[in-house]
Amino acid sequence: MPIKDEDLNIMFRKMLTIRRFEERAIQEYQNGNLYGFIHSYIGQEAIAVGVCSHLRIDDRIVSNHRGHGHCIAKGADMKRMMAEIFGKKTGYCKGKGGSMHIADFKIGMLGANGIVGAGLPIATGSALAAQLEGGDRISVVFFGDGACGEGTFHESLNIASIWKLPIVFVCENNMYGVNTPTSYSMAAENVADRAAAYSMPGVFADGNNLVTVYETTEKAVNRARTGEGPSLIEFQTYRWRAHFEGDGMPDLRPEDELEEWKKKCPVASMERQLLETGLMDTDELKALDAEIIAQVQEAVEFAKQSPDPDPEDALEDIFSKQGVN
Amino acid sequence: MRKIAYEEAAMEALQEEFRRDDKTVHLATDMNEPLFEEFGGERVRSTPISESAFVGAAIGLAGSGFRPIVDIRMATFGFVAMDQLMNQAAKITYMFGGQAEFPILYRMTVGTGMSMAAQHSINPYPMYMNIPGLKIILPSTPYDVKGLLKTAIRDNNPVISFEHMGLGEFVGEVPEDEYTLPLGQASLKKEGSDITIVALAKMMHLSLEVAEEMEREGISVEIIDPRTLMPLDRESIKASVMKTGRLVVVDEACRTCGTAGEIISSVVEDIKVFKNLKASPKRVAGLDVPVPFSIPMEKYVVPDKVKIASAIRVVMADNF
Repeated sequence: MPIKDEDLNIMFRKMLTIRRFEERAIQEYQNGNLYGFIHSYIGQEAIAVGVCSHLRIDDRIVSNHRGHGHCIAKGADMKRMMAEIFGKKTGYCKGKGGSMHIADFKIGMLGANGIVGAGLPIATGSALAAQLEGGDRISVVFFGDGACGEGTFHESLNIASIWKLPIVFVCENNMYGVNTPTSYSMAAENVADRAAAYSMPGVFADGNNLVTVYETTEKAVNRARTGEGPSLIEFQTYRWRAHFEGDGMPDLRPEDELEEWKKKCPVASMERQLLETGLMDTDELKALDAEIIAQVQEAVEFAKQSPDPDPEDALEDIFSKQGVN
Repeated sequence: MRKIAYEEAAMEALQEEFRRDDKTVHLATDMNEPLFEEFGGERVRSTPISESAFVGAAIGLAGSGFRPIVDIRMATFGFVAMDQLMNQAAKITYMFGGQAEFPILYRMTVGTGMSMAAQHSINPYPMYMNIPGLKIILPSTPYDVKGLLKTAIRDNNPVISFEHMGLGEFVGEVPEDEYTLPLGQASLKKEGSDITIVALAKMMHLSLEVAEEMEREGISVEIIDPRTLMPLDRESIKASVMKTGRLVVVDEACRTCGTAGEIISSVVEDIKVFKNLKASPKRVAGLDVPVPFSIPMEKYVVPDKVKIASAIRVVMADNF
């Protein structure tokens, strides 16, 4: 189905929101206001948005260490996200998780994960839950090219296939595991080729084009929703920032490569498309950007004004307060 | 009261809880036949030999409203799924700020004495005790395994049940009527006044036999089985040592950083109990070696009745 104009506008807004959120998080980090890890999603925004635009609030996603974009695309509250990144009591995880472990179970965001490939079994289990429920909910798991070297990738695809689980495996191939090129670390040419080993469709597509992401995902989502089983999609993309913010790990990728990929910026290319097709004019774009920047500002202020957790809060939530059923 | 085997009691617990709650799901590499026959292939699934995937899938199931029971079978296979157990299941409640429940039961057999060599003869529960976020049970009798497994299934947290493979056919009294046992409550297996023996899993049975010998020598032995290691009922153990003033802990697991050491530390760091001690506490634990295959060597590296009796005599002879 062709994308409706209003949906394009909504999706563009989400992409731009992720971009501005990430830019601000980096800025706060550089200003010394944040600590720990920040794995920026800049450059990959079209994937989270194009995929999640097919999902209902009751569908479930599992994310990875580069998870801010997935959270926003699934509908998470930026204030509570930012508060979590700031380590505040009002954050999604009360400051216990931080940037790498944001979750919002109420909107089907089953958590970002600090271990490469670890989300795939969890998402597979959530898809089994959907199948047992008997409805048409589906699960999506986001992971990078690096995760495809983990056993959990292969085990999860296999189990999802033998049980025909309603799940879409979304590989965001940004071509590097930290600084190691995927062309070196993976024997197969494409991640998508590996789908054949698990008897499921495997598609390779441009991850920097929102419309392509949206259309590619549609088939896989429909297949999952109608009980036909899992799919693997590999989206080619590129991360603009180093593996994470800070000086801990230098970026050793070729400089000209980044410049090439910046020309394929998912946000800018969508902006051009909106202008060319007349869906938005320059003033509207500016107004939208200003609105989003203000929302991000509001989130940062909320985070900064929020209280730190009490030290002894560290001893809560080790176990669920729900006790015995 | 009727008597049934340990593994029958465990199966009854699963069957009863499957009847009670239709959100229960069973995952294991081989089909659990009785459960499959009664509840069908949707809820009772055999999995590929993919420990990471099915241990992790249980987390996704639990976080989506189900109550999975995963039979990992032998504890040695749990190592294959270490990230999903230690990094995911154990931490997920905490890392996400307690916003969701993860009711999961993982079962694994432990123990030595079956001539299965180093990989298949292990007691890794102390290692799991060192990772906060997992509840741990280690039942020693048919009565305990049934009551604790039922509670473990109902618990809204990840629970690991370690079941000693040498106890599967052990027969004991189990009521026909439904009952559950709370986690975190030790069981007084034998009352005595001269010395406290804290004994885990199969070691509890050996200690009971040794206690009979000791009674003939005029030593009155009290035997406590913690039954659950997380939470650990330190209070009951300390109360018993307050009474007897002497303590021996018997555990088949390796000695270093083991459960026995943890129990002794808990006892001696309580100044009241410490001052009341009449002798230095002692542990009888597995030697710090991989368990060998050959029977004479295997017997040598784990506690037996002679070693338990000898430790009791040493502690009884010692007087501060």
